[in-house]
Amino acid sequence: MDFLVPGHLSQYNLYVQNIKRLLVLTFIILLAGCSGRGISAQDPSHQIKIIENKGSDTIVNLALAWAEEYQVIDPTVQLSVTGGGSGTGIAALINGTVDLANASRRIKEEERDAALENGSDPVEFVIARDAIAIIVNLENPIEHLTLQQISAIYSGAINNWKEVGGEDRPIVRLSRETNSGTHVYFLEEVIRLGEKDNQTLFAQNTLLLPSSEGIGAEIRQNPNAIGYDGLGYVNDDMKVIGVALADGKPYIFPSAMTVNNDQYPIARDLYMYTNGEPEGVIKEYLDWILSSEAQEIVTELGFVPITK
Amino acid sequence: MKSKQITRKETVSSIREFLITALIKAAGYSAILFVGMIFLFLLLESFPALREVELSNLLSSRWYPIEDYYGVLPLIGGTLIITIGATLIALPFGVGTAIYLSEIAPRWLRETLKPLVEVLGGLPSVVLGFLGMLILSPYLRIWLDIPTGLSAFAGAILLGGIAIPTVVTVAEDALDAVPKSYRDASLAIGATEWQTIWRVTLPAARSGVLTAVMLGIGRAIGETMTVMMVTGNAPILPTGLKDLFSPVRTMTATIAAEMGEVANSSTHYHVLFLIGIILFLISLAVNVAASAVVFRQKKSQERILS
Repeated sequence: MDFLVPGHLSQYNLYVQNIKRLLVLTFIILLAGCSGRGISAQDPSHQIKIIENKGSDTIVNLALAWAEEYQVIDPTVQLSVTGGGSGTGIAALINGTVDLANASRRIKEEERDAALENGSDPVEFVIARDAIAIIVNLENPIEHLTLQQISAIYSGAINNWKEVGGEDRPIVRLSRETNSGTHVYFLEEVIRLGEKDNQTLFAQNTLLLPSSEGIGAEIRQNPNAIGYDGLGYVNDDMKVIGVALADGKPYIFPSAMTVNNDQYPIARDLYMYTNGEPEGVIKEYLDWILSSEAQEIVTELGFVPITK
Repeated sequence: MKSKQITRKETVSSIREFLITALIKAAGYSAILFVGMIFLFLLLESFPALREVELSNLLSSRWYPIEDYYGVLPLIGGTLIITIGATLIALPFGVGTAIYLSEIAPRWLRETLKPLVEVLGGLPSVVLGFLGMLILSPYLRIWLDIPTGLSAFAGAILLGGIAIPTVVTVAEDALDAVPKSYRDASLAIGATEWQTIWRVTLPAARSGVLTAVMLGIGRAIGETMTVMMVTGNAPILPTGLKDLFSPVRTMTATIAAEMGEVANSSTHYHVLFLIGIILFLISLAVNVAASAVVFRQKKSQERILS
C-alpha cells in the first residue's frame, strides 16, 4: 500500500520522468557575473524572478533549450522547466503552481471551466508547430500508408501487416499514455479522422507506454510494431512512413517544409498557456519565444517554427 | 517516617511505570491509527466514484478514462495475473535458495551468498524495469514467438526477481530457527538429507516460510515502476493462462501513470482512489489469509506438544 502515500507517489512520478529523460529538470540560472549580482543587490528591479514552466513532454526539450538561451539574454530570470504531460501542466496551471503550462494540444472545455472556477483564466499562445511522424521498424517493408489505413490499424480494424501490403505479421500498436497531448491529438485527428461525432477509440490492446523512449526502444527491436511520436523525437534507427490524406493523394513525408505549406496531414500547433494576460517577465519571455531568434532553436530541435 | 518514604518512592515509580507503559501502548496503537486513517482517507476520496460512475461502467472491461470508460476489471485482472506469475517464479526459486543457504551450503559460501541476495533486493525497481524493457522483452518476443515481449510474462519474471530476495531472507531465517535436534533425530533414524529437509525441517519452519512467501507476494502486488515499463500497459481483461503472454495494465501502473494528470476531485480522480482501495483490500486479504494459516498451524502444533 505504500504507493498511496503521497511522498511515494511523487517518487514514482520522479522515476517516470527520469525515463522520460527529463523529469524534474530544474534550471537554476546563475547570475552571469559579479557585476550583475552587485546591481541586483542595489536595484530591486534587477532582483531574480522565477518562472515556473511545466507540461508537455513533447515540448520539454524545446522549453529547456529556450530556458538555457534566455539565461544569457536576461540573467535576472530563473526558469524552472518540468515535463509530465500536457494534462499535468494544465492541471498545475489550474492549481496555480506554475506560471506557464506547455501543451501539445488545446486546453479542453472542462479544463477551462475548472480553471475559471479556480479563479484563473488561461490565455493561449501558439509557440511552435510539430509534425507527428508515423514510425515502424527498419525491417518493415511498408513505405507509406493513408490516413484511413492508420486509423483502421489503431482502431483495431486491421490487425496484420499483410492487409496493408506488408509481411504476414501481427501489428503491435504503440501509443503514449493518455495524459500525453500527443495521445489526445492522435485520437481526435488520426483515429477519428477529425470528425467530431466519430466515437472510435484506440484498439483495446494498444500498448500505452509511459515515455517516448519506451516507444523508441520497442520500435527499434520489434518488426511488428507501429508507433507515432513528435518529429523531434524520431531518429535514424526507425523508419518514418509517408502519409497520404486519402487514397490517391500523394504520400508526404514529415518535414519543416511539408508542415509549413500544410501538405503533411498530421501536424499540429504547440501551445503555452499563461494564467491571465501575461505581464512583466512572463510577457517578456513569451515575446522573446515568438521572436525569430528563439524560433531558430525550434528548427534546430526538429520542430517547425511558426511563420508570422 | 520510614513507611512514608517508601510510599513516596512507590508513587514516583508507579507514575513512571504508568507513563512508560502508556507511551509504549500509544506507539503500538499508532500503527492501527495510521492504517485506520489512511483507509478512511481512501474511503472518503473514493466514495464519490460510486455515485458518479454507474456500476455497470465500473464492472465493464474497458478502461479509457479520458472518454469516461472506467471498467476496473482489466486492471484487477492485470494485477492478479502478474502477481500469480511472480509467485510461481519466486516460490520455488526463493524457497529453494533459502533451503540451499540454510541446509546445504558450507558456512563460507552462505556468508557470501546471503548478503549478495540482499543486495539484489536493494536494486532500484526502475533499473530492473529498464533492463526488462531493453533486454528481457526483445528476447521474450523472439523465444516465445509472441507479437511483443512487453507482456504480463515479462512483468511476472521481473516481479518474481524482486520478490525472491524477500522470500529468501525471511525463509532462511525461519529454516535456521528449526532446532538442530530435529535434523539430528531424523538423520539418526536413517533418513537421507533430502528426506530430512523435505519431511522434517521444511514442515517445522512452515509458518515462517509461508510468511516469507506472503511478504514476497505483498512486494509484488505493490510494485509499480517495473511493471509500468515492461507490461505494455494495455488494459485487456485476462481470461486465461494464455493471456500471460499478452500485454496487461496493473492497478499500480494505472494510478502512477494517471494520478499526475487528473484534476483534483474529478470523477477520474475518485476512481483512481477506488482502485487504491481495491488494492488495499487485496493486500489485506493476502495478509489475513497468511496469518490465519499461521495461527491455525500454531494451534495444531500446540495440541501435539501438549
